[in-house]
Amino acid sequence: MVEPAVDLTHGHAHDDHAHHGPQGWLKYLWSTDHKVIAMQYMFTGMFMALVGGFMAYVFRMQLAFPDISVPGWGGVVSMGEYNSLVTNHGTIMIFWVAMPVLLAAFGNYLIPLMVGADDMVFPKINRLSFQVFFVSTIVILASLFVEGGGFAGAWTAYPPLSADATYNLTPLGSTLWVIGVGLEFVAFLLGGINFITTLMNSRAPGMRAFDVPLVVWMIVVASILFMLSVGPLLAGAIMLVFDQTIGTGFYNPATGGDPILWQHLFWFFGHPEVYVVLLPAMGVVIEIITTFARKKVFGYRIVIFTVVATGVLSFFVWAHHQFIAGIDPRMANIFTITTLLISVPIAELCFVYIATLYGGSIRLTTPMLWALAFVAEFLIGGVTGIFLGAAGADIYFHDTYFVLAHFHYTFFPIAIIGTYAAFTYWFPKMFGKMMDDRLGKWHFWLTIIPFNMIFIPLFVLGMGGQHRRISNYSSFSELAGDGFQSVRIFATISLLIMLAAQLIFFYNCWKSWRSGPKAPKNPWKANSLEWTTESPPPHGNWRPDRMPVVYRGPYEYSVPDREEDYWPQNEPDGAPLQVVDPDAGEQGR
Amino acid sequence: MRPIATTRAATGTETGKLAVWWVLASEVVIFGGLLASYVMFRLGHPEWADAAAVTNTHIGAFNTFVLLTSSLTAVLAHQAAERGDGKSAAKFLYFTIGGAAVFIGVKTYEWWYEISHGYTITSNGFWAFYYTAAGLHAFHVIAGAIIMAFVARDAAKNLELHRVELIGIYWHFVDIVWIFLFPLLYIAK
Repeated sequence: MVEPAVDLTHGHAHDDHAHHGPQGWLKYLWSTDHKVIAMQYMFTGMFMALVGGFMAYVFRMQLAFPDISVPGWGGVVSMGEYNSLVTNHGTIMIFWVAMPVLLAAFGNYLIPLMVGADDMVFPKINRLSFQVFFVSTIVILASLFVEGGGFAGAWTAYPPLSADATYNLTPLGSTLWVIGVGLEFVAFLLGGINFITTLMNSRAPGMRAFDVPLVVWMIVVASILFMLSVGPLLAGAIMLVFDQTIGTGFYNPATGGDPILWQHLFWFFGHPEVYVVLLPAMGVVIEIITTFARKKVFGYRIVIFTVVATGVLSFFVWAHHQFIAGIDPRMANIFTITTLLISVPIAELCFVYIATLYGGSIRLTTPMLWALAFVAEFLIGGVTGIFLGAAGADIYFHDTYFVLAHFHYTFFPIAIIGTYAAFTYWFPKMFGKMMDDRLGKWHFWLTIIPFNMIFIPLFVLGMGGQHRRISNYSSFSELAGDGFQSVRIFATISLLIMLAAQLIFFYNCWKSWRSGPKAPKNPWKANSLEWTTESPPPHGNWRPDRMPVVYRGPYEYSVPDREEDYWPQNEPDGAPLQVVDPDAGEQGR
Repeated sequence: MRPIATTRAATGTETGKLAVWWVLASEVVIFGGLLASYVMFRLGHPEWADAAAVTNTHIGAFNTFVLLTSSLTAVLAHQAAERGDGKSAAKFLYFTIGGAAVFIGVKTYEWWYEISHGYTITSNGFWAFYYTAAGLHAFHVIAGAIIMAFVARDAAKNLELHRVELIGIYWHFVDIVWIFLFPLLYIAK
């Protein structure tokens, strides 16, 4: 079964440097190491974040300063281009940034390390998952440059707008969009199977289900949600491609179809999808909060049960996106109730986070700031969701900037704040260097403050009745007045500040990677298993003859009668506090 | 070389089997979404029965019989693999692949007949679902048969015999999907 230890320990020294030289590049591309695949997902996702951010910059400029040439875009944004930009901004930020980074990159990186395994259970399927994802990335990027431009039917792709090129005016772009999204789903299905089976079957000896760190639980529950919700949309996507290309009429009432069908299939996936990206972020945040509050998670098991309950409930809320789509008002009542219900477990999680902080000895490091900001900002997103979940209020707010601002108050904390929290927390483990905390805090404040300055004004616009998906408000006299234009300009300038602040982050990454202080094995004095190996971990994570054994749950912080305020999962009971590390001589820090 | 992770079984169930069941869970919702959409539409469009009357129930029944038989040989292959008899497991798997070939052949004839009589995927809603659902199923039959050929090739050399059961589980799923498709597309007139 397991090769003699000597072969492996000598093997990984070469693998670590496999990405040098032409043959090394091929080796890197075909690596099955979960950490390499995680990095591939991470960097692809971050590149796509730049693409999506650039799109936001272009259309926000058009909204603030209509029909003036946008610097960097090379001209005025036409109405068709505007539609294509908002569509692809949404698509890319959700499917090519939030999911690959939060779910795929951190799932790949953390699950084997946190459960004490040397890799995923199916390393080749894992590699295939990234390769399919990479192809999907090329497809979606290519779709921006075909004749007619990228898909312009909004990221929710409602037919008939999405199904008929005479409406969306992007015949090739729309089909490539569906194919790209479909391939991306296949990639995450392949990855999800790995995540679930790895947690189920390859836990370290001694690790029971309730010894697993919450972030792993949440990523796996998210994978299960994705797996069980995406199927109908895949079927729907096949129907949509057929409608677009060979002229079937699944969504066309003239041939017995129904456009509302797409909305059901899309949102049956789309609402669980919110929790697919939310749960990994919430998991990351609780790991950080518990580490930097030096306190045990408040109600570990309750959190797991809550998360599972949220997952189940998330399958019964989808029609709250369709209150004005002509659904039966009695059905709207039912979905209002389920939607308001689902805010209960999420509110409960926020209380758990606050209760974990209560009485802790809090350390305001950069990752901790991000984690706290997540709770605060997501709360605003959650509370404004109550307005939209109630059918009566939603009829007024629907398709206004209020919805848009609510959405960004949920997804920005998830995809951006959550990612920065995770990235700054695990950076020492991933790259073996400590990040600059001062630059990190500058980056934090210069991101958080402009973020609120962008989206609070958009709530105001929405409450004033400003509809979205309009490229030039000055063309509509009833929408252009009331000083709304100055609000739009304020939001756009805030966006420019926020985008510029991201340069600090990239500079910090580059500087820390080049010349930051070397990271020890466990810089944050945390308990979970990834902190018991080298930073960065070698190929195979631990020496095969020293795979970790688990003795307790991951949150034993500030246990009375212990000298240290943490208690690593792999430390046997009653062992001396300072175990002599047998590796220290040869591999060292 | 397999990582240590692959050789562990904390749940007591073999990792490969767990994975196949999760694949099936994700497949169930793909066909589930498609068929639920079809059923909802069919209930709202009684006139689709006229189109459904064109489909040939006898040929459909024959194909059902072929597919069920191929599932039987898949079970026999599993039984042989349990005994450690790779050669006969491979033989039974080849029978199953043969069943898949007959199924696809009959399907091809059916579609050729229907298309040549003017019933194409764009004719109306029923035919759109008919070709999409049966086509997606046929795609699964073909993919399964190809994977099965690889499994059988290894099994004949007594290698990776546990995979015989795994491909069998998948094959039963393909079978069960057809058990739903046959009444919905052929019998319900």
